[in-house]
Amino acid sequence: MRPVSYSRATDVATAIGAVSADPQSAFLAGGTTQVDLLRIYVEQPRRLVDINDLPLNRIEELPGGGLRLGGLARMSDVAEEPELVRRYPMVAEALLLGASPQLRNMATIAGNLMQRVRCSYFRDVAAGCNKRAPGTGCSALDGINRGHAVLGTSDCCIATHPSDLGVALVALDAVVQTESPAGQRSIPIDDFFLLPGQTPEREHPLTHGELVTGIDLPPTPVAATSRYIKIRDRESYEFALASVAVAMSVADGRITEIRLALGGVATKPWRARQAERLLDGAPATTESFTRAAEAELAPAVPHGMNAFKIELARRTMVRALESMAQREGTT
Amino acid sequence: MKSYRALRTAPSPDHAVVRGPGEVEVHLQVNGESRRTTIEPRVSLLDALRDRLELTGTKKGCNQGACGACTVWVDGRPVLSCLTLAITCENREVTTIEGLSDGDTLHPMQQAFLDCDAFQCGYCTPGQIMSAVALLAEGHAGDDTEIREWMSGNICRCAAYPHIRAAVRRVRDEGGRGDASR
Amino acid sequence: MSTAIGASLNRVDGRFKVRGESRYSAEVPVPNLTHAVVVNAKIASGRIVAIDTSEAERADGVLAVLTHRDLGRVATVPKLLPSLAGLAASGQTFFPMQDETIHYAGQPVAIVVADTIERADHAGTLIRFEYATTPATTLLDQARDQAYVPERIFGGLLPGHASRGDVAKALADADVCVDATYRFAPNHHNPIEPSASTAVWEDVDRLTVYDSTQGPNSVQFTLAELLGLSPISIRVVSHAVGGSFGSKAMVWHHPALAALAARHVGRPVRLVLTREQMFTSCGHREEQEQQITLAARSDGRITALRHHKLSLTSPFDDWAEPSLQSPSVAYTSPNYEGIYHLVRGNTITPTFTRAPGEATGMFALECAMDELAERIGIDPLELRLRNYSATDPESGKPWSSSGLTECYQRAAELFGWHDRPPPRSRREGQWLIGTGMASALYPVTQPVNPQRARARLYNDGTAVVEAGVSEFGTGVFTAMTQVAADGLGIPVERVRFVGGSSDLPNVTAAVGSAGTSAVGSAVHLATTQLRDELIRRAVADDHSPLRGADPAAVQVRDGKMVLRDRPDVGETYADLMHRTFAPDVEVLGTWNPPPQDAGYGVHTFGAQMAEVAVDADLGVVRVRRMVGVFAPGRVLNRKTAHSQLMGGMLWGLGQALLEATRMDPRLGRWANASLGDYLVPVNADAPDVVVDTIEVHDEVVNPLGMKGVGEIGVVGVAAAIANAVYDATGRRQYELPITLEKLL
Repeated sequence: MRPVSYSRATDVATAIGAVSADPQSAFLAGGTTQVDLLRIYVEQPRRLVDINDLPLNRIEELPGGGLRLGGLARMSDVAEEPELVRRYPMVAEALLLGASPQLRNMATIAGNLMQRVRCSYFRDVAAGCNKRAPGTGCSALDGINRGHAVLGTSDCCIATHPSDLGVALVALDAVVQTESPAGQRSIPIDDFFLLPGQTPEREHPLTHGELVTGIDLPPTPVAATSRYIKIRDRESYEFALASVAVAMSVADGRITEIRLALGGVATKPWRARQAERLLDGAPATTESFTRAAEAELAPAVPHGMNAFKIELARRTMVRALESMAQREGTT
Repeated sequence: MKSYRALRTAPSPDHAVVRGPGEVEVHLQVNGESRRTTIEPRVSLLDALRDRLELTGTKKGCNQGACGACTVWVDGRPVLSCLTLAITCENREVTTIEGLSDGDTLHPMQQAFLDCDAFQCGYCTPGQIMSAVALLAEGHAGDDTEIREWMSGNICRCAAYPHIRAAVRRVRDEGGRGDASR
Repeated sequence: MSTAIGASLNRVDGRFKVRGESRYSAEVPVPNLTHAVVVNAKIASGRIVAIDTSEAERADGVLAVLTHRDLGRVATVPKLLPSLAGLAASGQTFFPMQDETIHYAGQPVAIVVADTIERADHAGTLIRFEYATTPATTLLDQARDQAYVPERIFGGLLPGHASRGDVAKALADADVCVDATYRFAPNHHNPIEPSASTAVWEDVDRLTVYDSTQGPNSVQFTLAELLGLSPISIRVVSHAVGGSFGSKAMVWHHPALAALAARHVGRPVRLVLTREQMFTSCGHREEQEQQITLAARSDGRITALRHHKLSLTSPFDDWAEPSLQSPSVAYTSPNYEGIYHLVRGNTITPTFTRAPGEATGMFALECAMDELAERIGIDPLELRLRNYSATDPESGKPWSSSGLTECYQRAAELFGWHDRPPPRSRREGQWLIGTGMASALYPVTQPVNPQRARARLYNDGTAVVEAGVSEFGTGVFTAMTQVAADGLGIPVERVRFVGGSSDLPNVTAAVGSAGTSAVGSAVHLATTQLRDELIRRAVADDHSPLRGADPAAVQVRDGKMVLRDRPDVGETYADLMHRTFAPDVEVLGTWNPPPQDAGYGVHTFGAQMAEVAVDADLGVVRVRRMVGVFAPGRVLNRKTAHSQLMGGMLWGLGQALLEATRMDPRLGRWANASLGDYLVPVNADAPDVVVDTIEVHDEVVNPLGMKGVGEIGVVGVAAAIANAVYDATGRRQYELPITLEKLL
């Protein structure tokens, strides 16, 4: 790790001011991504502004039945919040299936959304990587890419977005609240994650020094019947090979409302809009689920070792939808 | 609605000051003792404990947050000291394996690990025990499925896992509930 | 009389370990310490054409930046000889930083020494290297056509090819043939403690190295040759070692680099490998492919086994893990051919990895056996029984002990093997359930040199027993305490076993599951000879109640020497020693291992069974339960032996389902050199494991009849799991690990 200076901010304005004023500075919250990447020289700020003391760790009711998660709320705290578990079970499940207990005690939910990709070439400063060093090429395209994305890729980058939480949040149309010297703004979560395109180094529409202060979960009654399914090699403590967040309601055998998103297979938490369109109002049958999953995966592009992910994602979607339909059918 | 933890918002007197990148004096509260050390801000809590404070019970296995050997409690909660900068722990209470037993008397979890042979080489063991005590205190040891999941952040390459679960069960069933907040 | 041996004594070092008080090699307090970091080549082949160290040298706290230009030459690079031999045991016959040539990625190219680890680490990144790169071979597929058959492998200890009978004829005459090729991903040991060396020069010819090693004496002898010093100049200490699994069995470059750096800066140097460096600095299980042809009669009797292995080795050494050895004697087979084929690549020399050879070779054989059982239409267990060989098929000599059929029987009972439903008939929701089995074999390897231990009895009736073995989790210190207690006839509480230093009596590195039997034999002899010495003195002492007695009629109980048939007549060691003004009595025990060819086949046997659940749609495999029954000879400590066997079985689970190091041939580097990307089992992956042992009495292998528990637990597990996957799904597995895409 290169030498770095440190200060601790106790109010939001000071923190934002300090980072905005210095292009070589960065926020330090849970540190689970930041310290790791500092140590392997993928990130090299000269100054860290510790924001752990900022009063952004609460979970609050929003008018109309939503919840606001403070940007600095810890994953473990959010996962155990009774109102979140009741209203948005898939969010709690996504959190608990992520990382390890120790990491969840450290990592903040804003940091979770801001975490960097796990692509080994991104993490290897001696390898070409357009995301880390624009213009140096994507080593993963023809490399060891079993864990890489099949959706939302470009010829510049195929790294999978690693967040589980983000998958549940895009299904919910969550809204990211930020603050910068220019003021506060709200960013719909789907816009918060950028596709790599030709600029994979740019992952979020944030300015330097703009701070994620919170995440709003809109009132979403269907989310009370939701779940998060995560498929991986290891039984625990591993990123997803494929995951699905699904919220669904069924009446008279037909789907009346559906929220669906994919993880582990795309360059951003992937809202399965094509599948949602096909499922909305359709019979809650395996045939519908299969057709929707196939439609969603139709644009998927394999790259060598990760070709299996297309089929895996398809089947995981069907599995998730079937399990929701069964649950709905029995209640 | 609850907030993360009151301690997290306790301001430190010198919070606004930019410190480093050279060595600065850092005050840590470790196992109930006030400790001072002169370190650069980039020094991890793990290296501060092991190399500066001679508390080598906390282990370095990967230095990347992937093995759990460096697990300590900060403000009573298990965290990875390799991904924690020491300087960020000022005004926090750090507890390591050396702070767990009461004098010569082993903590019930330490005794259970010993009796159940819940380790072989012993290198991951302090981290396992710090996680195991917290797991019980937090109520995540209801059944084996839960213990397996909540102990999965600590890799044991000797693979003593079934014995680790036995140790946790034993302390749970004897009511020797670990107290993560001391 | 044996009371301590076999008991489930808690680990004698356990109390220190659960308190975090054991000092591993990077944790020994050393005054005036500095920290070294090794910088590694990022290319796999070529040479260094320019180096700029100026920025690194100017960095804060830096004491030295050493490259091949200024490190100095090593005196001699020892030849590659497995550390079991008890001599210098260099992991490969190449020593880095002697010239500008790069043979493999990860080869050390510089060392930085600084006052703190952070400063050394950062300065290392400031050195600029310019390379001229040449094409590299890092995968088997790149150079299959260049394969050769080595004359000898495994450091020269084993032949590169072997045969008996007429395989071609047997194949032609066979009723049934199974022919299959199995592929294995490379594996890395990944002990949780990274290798570490702390080097302290007390004088120009007096060096102490605190090193994480399976054999302190191996390190001492290796350093002596490399540094051109006498062994008397070098002391190697290993108080506690945080796992090894073969990665610390041979002596790699870091202890010598630490010593050279320490000599250069004139201060003690601590060098700890990073996790990433653990993938390129201490060997690995090599990428390999094995082809098996099994010929059998229609009743299942095997008539021929042909077993070829193709694997990748380094530019320097003919290394292959001996995958063909145990399979060649597993079953009666009059006709046999085993050949190793090697391809040279740009890699460090591969090395021992837990169950080196058996883990892969027995996977191939036992999967082929499962296929044969199906083809013939008999139960897989019955097929093994029909081919059980009561003698070593290679030599025709009897086994020193076996127990294999009893292992099968016991495992079947514990597992409920005979109640298993027909293949592909069990489903629980999304899960297809299947069961599988395999045999386990591991050779009993003997040290070639005398093994020594020292026992000293004090006049208060306590004893200290010493040998140079290191404790890396096997439980050897605990087991030795038990052996010593029984040898002397005193309670374990009165024994202190001391190991972990090259200053202590020389025993071989604890490798090949032979560590405990080697040092155990020496401790047994030392302590029983010490006991006999005390008895001899007593019967010769006019003031002893035992005066004039036949020494053979005296036994010792709880520290008291008594007549066997008159236990009221006798005296304690302490009484005798006080009366005769002896503060202590000491004996050096020497065990001369029997020759390898002692007229017997020597192997350890076992049986493995596993039940898996395979997600019918998603391909995920989870192991639900495993049963392993082994016949490891005398078990010294039931508790720690159980842990060794259980840990081995869970290693097999990792090999079967998770573990693979993936090479990027364009870069010539491992693409997943971290514990986040190289997946080893976590707690949630590990089912409860049933372990049992069958007692076999063995008077051939060593005085206590120990055959070893360190590795046999791994052997056969991957095959049992693969066979269970087949039972569940009808899909044969020919490649490890069995990841879910193979079952989609």
